[in-house]
Amino acid sequence: MAKNMTINLRIWRQKGPEVPGKLVDYTVSNASEHMSFLELLDVLNEQLIASGGDPVEFDSDCREGICGSCGVMVAGIAHGPQQLTAVCQLHMRSFKDGDTITVEPFRARAFPIIRDLVVDRSAFDRIITAHGYVSVKTGSAPDANAIPISKDAAEEAMDFAACIGCGACVAACPNGSASLFTAAKIAHLALLPQGQVEASRRVVAMVDQMEAEGFGDCSNYAECEAVCPKGISVAGIASMRRAYMKGVFSK
Amino acid sequence: MSDEVANSMSELSHSPRLDAKVPAGRLQEKWDAYKDAVSLVSPANKRSHNILVVGSGLAGASAAATLAGLGYNVKCFCIQDSARRAHSIAAQGGINAAKNYPNDGDTIWRLFYDTIKGGDYRSREANVYRLAQVSSNIIDQAVAQGVPFAREYGGVLANRSFGGAQVSRTFYARGQTGQQLLLGAYQALSHQIAAGRVTMLPRREMLDLVVAKDRARGIITRHLVTGELERHAGDAVLLCTGGYGNAYYLSTNAKNSNVTAAWRCYKRGAFFANPCYTQIHPTCIPVSGDYQSKLTLMSESLRNDGRVWVPKDPKDTRAPEAIPEDARDYYLERRYPSFGNLVPRDVASRAAKKECDAGRGVGETRLAVYLDFGAAIRRLGVQTIRDRYGNLFEMYERITGDDPYKTPMRIYPAVHYTMGGLWVDYELQSTVPGLFVLGEANFSDHGANRLGASALMQGLADGYFVIPYTLGAYVAGIRQSEGIPESHEAFTAAEEEAGARIDQMLNNKGDKSPTQFHRELGRLLWDHVGMARDRTGLEEATGAIESLKDEFWERIRVPGSADRFNKNLEFAGRVADFIELGSLMARDALRREESCGGHFREEFQTSEGEAVRNDEVFADAAAWEHTDRRPVLHLEKLSFENVHPTTRSYK
Ligand SMILES: Cc1cc2nc3c(=O)[nH]c(=O)nc-3n(C[C@H](O)[C@H](O)[C@H](O)COP(=O)(O)OP(=O)(O)OC[C@H]3O[C@@H](n4cnc5c(N)ncnc54)[C@H](O)[C@@H]3O)c2cc1C
Ligand code: FES
Repeated sequence: MAKNMTINLRIWRQKGPEVPGKLVDYTVSNASEHMSFLELLDVLNEQLIASGGDPVEFDSDCREGICGSCGVMVAGIAHGPQQLTAVCQLHMRSFKDGDTITVEPFRARAFPIIRDLVVDRSAFDRIITAHGYVSVKTGSAPDANAIPISKDAAEEAMDFAACIGCGACVAACPNGSASLFTAAKIAHLALLPQGQVEASRRVVAMVDQMEAEGFGDCSNYAECEAVCPKGISVAGIASMRRAYMKGVFSK
Repeated sequence: MSDEVANSMSELSHSPRLDAKVPAGRLQEKWDAYKDAVSLVSPANKRSHNILVVGSGLAGASAAATLAGLGYNVKCFCIQDSARRAHSIAAQGGINAAKNYPNDGDTIWRLFYDTIKGGDYRSREANVYRLAQVSSNIIDQAVAQGVPFAREYGGVLANRSFGGAQVSRTFYARGQTGQQLLLGAYQALSHQIAAGRVTMLPRREMLDLVVAKDRARGIITRHLVTGELERHAGDAVLLCTGGYGNAYYLSTNAKNSNVTAAWRCYKRGAFFANPCYTQIHPTCIPVSGDYQSKLTLMSESLRNDGRVWVPKDPKDTRAPEAIPEDARDYYLERRYPSFGNLVPRDVASRAAKKECDAGRGVGETRLAVYLDFGAAIRRLGVQTIRDRYGNLFEMYERITGDDPYKTPMRIYPAVHYTMGGLWVDYELQSTVPGLFVLGEANFSDHGANRLGASALMQGLADGYFVIPYTLGAYVAGIRQSEGIPESHEAFTAAEEEAGARIDQMLNNKGDKSPTQFHRELGRLLWDHVGMARDRTGLEEATGAIESLKDEFWERIRVPGSADRFNKNLEFAGRVADFIELGSLMARDALRREESCGGHFREEFQTSEGEAVRNDEVFADAAAWEHTDRRPVLHLEKLSFENVHPTTRSYK
């Protein structure tokens, strides 16, 4: 049978971007080792509604680690202590009965807080809009097998394409850099012949946008890779830098 | 004549309100004939038309990107903070296309035939044929966008097989096919945003459709951060808002998936077709406790190599590894020798339920069966299995704490997909002119049961390749001067109604949370409108749902206020709509006195427990019209001119 657990939570509460926030203590006494961390927050919120309190706001959608909606700092770590796991898939069996866990939003200059644990990550969309795509309109595509792509290239592209855009990399980075996110998209497309045509323009436009959004520089801490739920490699960042320098000078 | 009689008389005939507008001619030539004849809109005129695309999943993102590429002015809306997070992102297994790259005998006809048969002969031939025709273009388009599909060593695309087919026509990107296809569409959308042709409005929820002078004129949305109600006028509205599986509370759908947008359209005159057709997916991780917030799918592709079994003896509670071969019942292989573990979803789900009902279920709750990779690992080696399913195995272990390389997975069916949805004609237009419905939100192509890897195909077919033509036919026929401004009284009225509902929920200050109501509704639907249905249960559910609806408005408690980010307020509105939908689902299930696809009526089965369809009376799509009194039924009679409906057999 599943073990019953008591969990103490210290959760960041903040009513809006301009209002100061603070940590507030809560206790959930009927947690189970099989529940996910977000289910623990669900239980807390039901408790708060029943007692006339104000439930804790947080983003989530798929709850299976693929949409990138969720993301909070659990005990100081983006997405919590379990590696390669988004917080929606973090299960309470990673904790002990009686633990006190601090929960805070992803913090970065480019991610303003909306409310409680909800932050504004629209800067990521603007980086993709800068040129995170292949400029192909519907209808003009050749047969899918017209250009052979080696299995290794396709697999490596997929490794980078697996990014879920959750923002953990930014939250973990001491500089609040979005280098891992940006480099992942650049690498995904640069590894495929379809993406190579515009590779140079792409890297310049995306990196410039990243800076314009207020993300910091990369100083090779690699904290981003450590918390990435999809294990995206920092190797992409080095290639992005080289390609950026080349791109800027050839302009 | 009483209403009942009027209804039963209308059962005999096709409703004049449902003109499917299927082009004349041979099945194979209909779509080309349509495209040859359809009116075109000049580039200058396209620029002057505003198109509202609600939803940014595969259907919405592909439609918005394509229409913007053609020159229309597009506004695109989604609930999530980014278009890239739409529920389509979670699709795992793959997408079908009749490319026949493996040279194993696939053709457009076969994909068409498998889809019609898989849908248990409850879909429209012409739509399904068109879907099969454009399927190949989708793969071409995705590859051109940089979607990293799996490949063979020679550099060509790889395929796998899926349930309900005997050819390999499924393309995939590891277990993240939906993610990669959606990112492709999202990037195409971003390209058009950069070009200034699409305005993207995330964190918006559509709360109503604005209809005036008999046409869809725009929508009302709530800004989910500020709470503001907003008006958006458009020349056409494309509803791409996904399915309603979350009516059951527990499903494999994302937490924000909802019926609200579709339900508001229903209340404004769009007919809702076949609401009782829901797909219960056979391979999901079983429920573990009361706190459960959603169910996780284990891709159907696992059934390519996994074998489903239960112990022969219900009292055999040994660990699975300790149960010898001769004490195991591989019941799918036994009952369906030719398709074995690859029978379609409805068949596999019901078979699992049957074993568990007979007491042979496994695990703590006894509501599970084994999906075993032992034989495949011995045959192919761990590495091959890891290459094929590595990320799914990891996900399983993260959730359950068990390692499927060592011990069989435990799985149980869960609500997954809804074949029902707003009724649309061949042009994807609903019964409200100017309102088009794409993707899972419409009822069209999957009949009573959807085959695996066909939803991604349909969403993208609708968005990339169908709507660009059919929307043109509508737009060419409207005059700019006919549009109404956002200050029009129809907008004011709709906005006031939406606001009043929000206030009512907030001011009620009852004692039950939205989630409590949602769970109760879910239990009712799962028990009575789930995998097996019967008259008594459906009648009971109908009454119980009506009471739940009354109770909702008496006892709902929504914390906080309307002018801020407020997830519980969002949920409350969606639950209220799910309750009303639940009642229509039960009504539709009650009327359909046959078993077909995902709809299984206990009263209509063979002695072996196989479904019994009734083509004489029920070869139709049941489209419900909202009225103030009770829903009125309209029928689209389905005619099969190219395939002959037979008893679906996978034996
Ligand atoms: C776990 C899982 C795995 C699956 N795997 C496969 C597979 O392998 N192959 C396959 O073919 N199919 C699969 N499916 C089915 C398939 O993913 C869906 O049917 C399909 O993605 C639906 O796409 P859609 O564009 O119609 O809607 P969705 O992707 O659901 O998108 C709906 C959009 O509408 C928006 N929206 C909804 N309501 C509102 C509102 N009121 N206001 C504003 N916006 C709104 C949402 O924000 C979202 O952007 C799977 C489904 C699940 C749940
Ligand atoms: S909720 Fe989708 S990744 Fe966590």
